Amino acid sequence: MNDEQTFPPVSVEDLVSKVREFRDLGWRLVQIGAAALGDTIEVTYSFDLGGRLSNLRVSLPAEGSPRIASISSVYPCSYLYENEMHDLFRIQVDGMSVDFKGKFYRTTVPFPFAPRKS
Amino acid sequence: MPRTIIPFGPQHPVLPEPIHLDLAIEDEKVVDVIPTVGFVHRGLEKLVERKDYQEFVYVAERICGICSFIHGQTYCQAIETIMKVEVPPRARYLRTIWGELSRIHSHLLWLGLLADSFGFESLFMHSWRIREKVLDIIEATTGGRVIFGSCKIGGVRRDINPAAFQTMLAQLAGIEKDMREIVDVFLNDSTVKERLVGVGILTKEEAHALGCVGPTMRASGIAQDMRQLGYAAFDEIPIEPITRPEGDSHARCSVRCAELFQSVDIIRRAIARIPIGEIAVKVTGNPNGEYLARTEQPRGEVAYYLKANGAKNLQRFRVRTPTFANLPALVKMLPGCFLADVPVIVLTIDPCISCTER
Repeated sequence: MNDEQTFPPVSVEDLVSKVREFRDLGWRLVQIGAAALGDTIEVTYSFDLGGRLSNLRVSLPAEGSPRIASISSVYPCSYLYENEMHDLFRIQVDGMSVDFKGKFYRTTVPFPFAPRKS
Repeated sequence: MPRTIIPFGPQHPVLPEPIHLDLAIEDEKVVDVIPTVGFVHRGLEKLVERKDYQEFVYVAERICGICSFIHGQTYCQAIETIMKVEVPPRARYLRTIWGELSRIHSHLLWLGLLADSFGFESLFMHSWRIREKVLDIIEATTGGRVIFGSCKIGGVRRDINPAAFQTMLAQLAGIEKDMREIVDVFLNDSTVKERLVGVGILTKEEAHALGCVGPTMRASGIAQDMRQLGYAAFDEIPIEPITRPEGDSHARCSVRCAELFQSVDIIRRAIARIPIGEIAVKVTGNPNGEYLARTEQPRGEVAYYLKANGAKNLQRFRVRTPTFANLPALVKMLPGCFLADVPVIVLTIDPCISCTER
């Protein structure tokens, strides 16, 4: 049960092609999740094939407006995760198949999980 | 044919929790759907910055009132993996037993709601009558009916003595007999079949492409169940995923019905094999590392991602719940169905908005 997990980095430019490789090999998209870590936002893409888990990680600068390409052309279900990333972390996801324009979550505080300036 | 937009939810008789669907209708048929969630997003993931990692088990358990135990268990498993904590074998078996009791009561709850959605009120009441007996077992062994409070990092808080196991086995025999009676109605009654067979079809290819999990995925012919990963005692009590090839609402009902008896069987095997010994180990220090833990909740695979840097508070706590993963499939199933079938199809993914709005 204590399987080792790795989170190999991938560049923003290579993300969609790497994700497409997973799709072509039959991997299922498990989740996309972001984590705000000081001056960096990590976005982790997780895939499953027959119980095996594999990840990809994109690091985005927290400053300014972080951008990333949508993978909804590869995995159509990704639009929910991507809207969630936008609404909670202020990550601009380009090319989402369904864009809720910031209305996916109705939060009192805008972008509540985004890094705050100290 | 002119289109009409009909709002479904967030307040709807068939939904105990708020989810909204904009249904584009032509005549009586749904042609397009746009889902909206987020009415009651609680931001529980953010709470990890204020609660230390030991306390946070309580928060994780409160993500959902139905699969509360497995939420706590998955969180504990992730921390235990990061901290390389060996959970005592007896605790792993106890977790398995309580997890399967959760699955039985969740599936019975769902069966009742499904019966209610197509107007079979006596079947709804019988499903929940049986569920009460399962809740009685949970209350007798944990002290709680909704929040068990039994799981902790390093093991469990409570043991079950041999006499209580014998009582549980006797109660389960009665529950199993009662379940057979209602399952026969769910699977074979002509009025029920009229509402479920051929309704809301999701093919195997669609289920995979849309990232489905749990009974929704298995009812489309994909044999995957996170219990096969061998967490808790499932490395010593292996299971075979229950699948159906049809991919319709009846198949999703059929998978959950079969899983009721599978869970009873797992509990019996666990009780027969449970080792004697400690139920918890002491855990000291703080976690440092990251891990994505997965378990099989009643609604399907839940994914817990934890990241820690050696402080008492985690850097990130992220939960991907099964309902969240099944929403794209719901959007795929609805176009082409009759408006009257929408409540039934929505229910067949067993939506838990409490989980989704963690």
